[in-house]
Amino acid sequence: MHIAPSTFGGAIEPAMHIPDGFMSPAVSIILWIAAIAGVGYALWRVNRELDERKMPLMGVLAAAIFAGQMLNFAVTGGTSGHLMGAALATILLGPWASIVVMTAVVSIQALLFQDGGLLALGANLVNMALVGSFVSYAVYRIMQRLVGTRRWGALVSGFVAAWLSIVAAALFVGLQLALSGTSPASLALPAMGGIHLLIGLGEGLITVGALALIAATRPDLLGATGGARGGSNRGVVLAGLAIALLLAVISPIASGNPDGLEWVAEQLNFLDAAQDPAYNLVPDYVFPGVANEKAATIAAGVLGVLIVFGVALFSGRLGRRKDAVG
Amino acid sequence: MHANFIDPFHARDSLLHHVDPRVKLVLAVAFILTTALLPPAAWPGYILVFALILAVAIASALGPFFAIKRAFLVLPFVLAALPVLFTTPGEPWLHVPLGRWALTATAAGLARFASIALKSWLSMQAGILLAASTPFPQLLMAMRALRVPRLLVGVFGLMWRYLFVLADEALRLMRAREARSAALAGAGGSSVLWRAKVTGYMAGSLFLRGYERSERIYDAMLARGYDGEVRTLPLPPMARSDKAALLVGLAIVGSILALEIWVG
Repeated sequence: MHIAPSTFGGAIEPAMHIPDGFMSPAVSIILWIAAIAGVGYALWRVNRELDERKMPLMGVLAAAIFAGQMLNFAVTGGTSGHLMGAALATILLGPWASIVVMTAVVSIQALLFQDGGLLALGANLVNMALVGSFVSYAVYRIMQRLVGTRRWGALVSGFVAAWLSIVAAALFVGLQLALSGTSPASLALPAMGGIHLLIGLGEGLITVGALALIAATRPDLLGATGGARGGSNRGVVLAGLAIALLLAVISPIASGNPDGLEWVAEQLNFLDAAQDPAYNLVPDYVFPGVANEKAATIAAGVLGVLIVFGVALFSGRLGRRKDAVG
Repeated sequence: MHANFIDPFHARDSLLHHVDPRVKLVLAVAFILTTALLPPAAWPGYILVFALILAVAIASALGPFFAIKRAFLVLPFVLAALPVLFTTPGEPWLHVPLGRWALTATAAGLARFASIALKSWLSMQAGILLAASTPFPQLLMAMRALRVPRLLVGVFGLMWRYLFVLADEALRLMRAREARSAALAGAGGSSVLWRAKVTGYMAGSLFLRGYERSERIYDAMLARGYDGEVRTLPLPPMARSDKAALLVGLAIVGSILALEIWVG
């Protein structure tokens, strides 16, 4: 059974987990490299900074976030708000452990529940584990400077951090779809950003509720990002800020004037690009091309039927032999 | 109610279930990569890829429609690709008047859109068959063989063990909320903010229960000799038949790709 959060709400959920097939191979592979670098560095930091107690903590909290994504509340007319969890994990564990926890959540969702693809896993890790944690951390720390670290300060900062982490991750999804040539930037960015400005409010509210409960019952746990356990992470604040600024600059430019992004998309989709001119530049070639294509389709169909039939026969015979032996 | 329905593994005594998990993981990724590399509108290639995954489904003894049906879950996301219908230049195919504007879908756009949807549907079937035919501990073993960092595999393993416990916990929390908040059918109780607060408290207590459980788990691990190092059994050697399966599988996806890109 599929256990995306929507199974329980049957409602609109953040369209964050990109399935396979929507991104060009080049974009997928670049994002895989970024994800490996980012998660690898986070693992190294976690290994260096945190005591061995953290391993079970990260595993169980990853399970708690997975289960927490089942929780939802009705907003109106079949839509519901629910949790992604990157901001909550970042505030409670610090950015590096949060990246590891979110990596576990996103990877298990992809591997076991096909919530997000395997080739697209690199992109989903970048969006939810890296961008989600970096932006949450940067916004949380900056907000705390502005509104103070007392209870209300922590709650307000938590709300804004959770909200913006969703918006930033959604804009990244939009950018990646645009770079892959799947959705034009002028549509993908405003649509993803706009919807998640609303959906992010749900994330913000749940995060605040969770923080309020934790502040009331285990205030000691809220110290993790205060520098006591996370260490000083000015670099993370700068990285998160850089991501946010990058989005703030790129999104309007890309959606208003999509040529730049589309040019990059074309360069990246060199395989598609290499295919198209072959049909367009040599008009004489089109007709035999079409005829060949039909023949090829028929041949592929025949070959496919033969493969399936062969495997069915083979499995059937194997099963019968096993029965005879057993 | 227990959350053990979460486990996607379906025990069968089939050809696919007996293949080494390392081979299955590599071939699933190779299959998805091949599907992604096929150019748009490469119909013969899609047919071959579909035949391949159907053959694998038959070899899994889960029934031919097992993965096909579940893979339709990808449909909602297909909306994100809808704009290519109208933005791909080409011959007009469908004209949709929208008040003052009109949208013109092109034949090339339709082919592109169908390609994206098909590729996504095909790729998802590979993931479904992998998860349904491989118990999770075996997948962990495969990840270790593929050099996923030990700490990460350890976190994956612990997460998997406590997933069911915490999912049960979440289901209990939701049942308790249902029991407490009396509401007319359809009406959701008090204000949205109140509902959000209640859900937030639920998430917070789930987090706290997880936190406290992890402390007990750590103590139990210490008592069993945990010293901060994640130790695992050495990987078993691969059988000759599994090596052969790996080579044959890679050869098949490789030749589909070669056929489509250089011949098609």
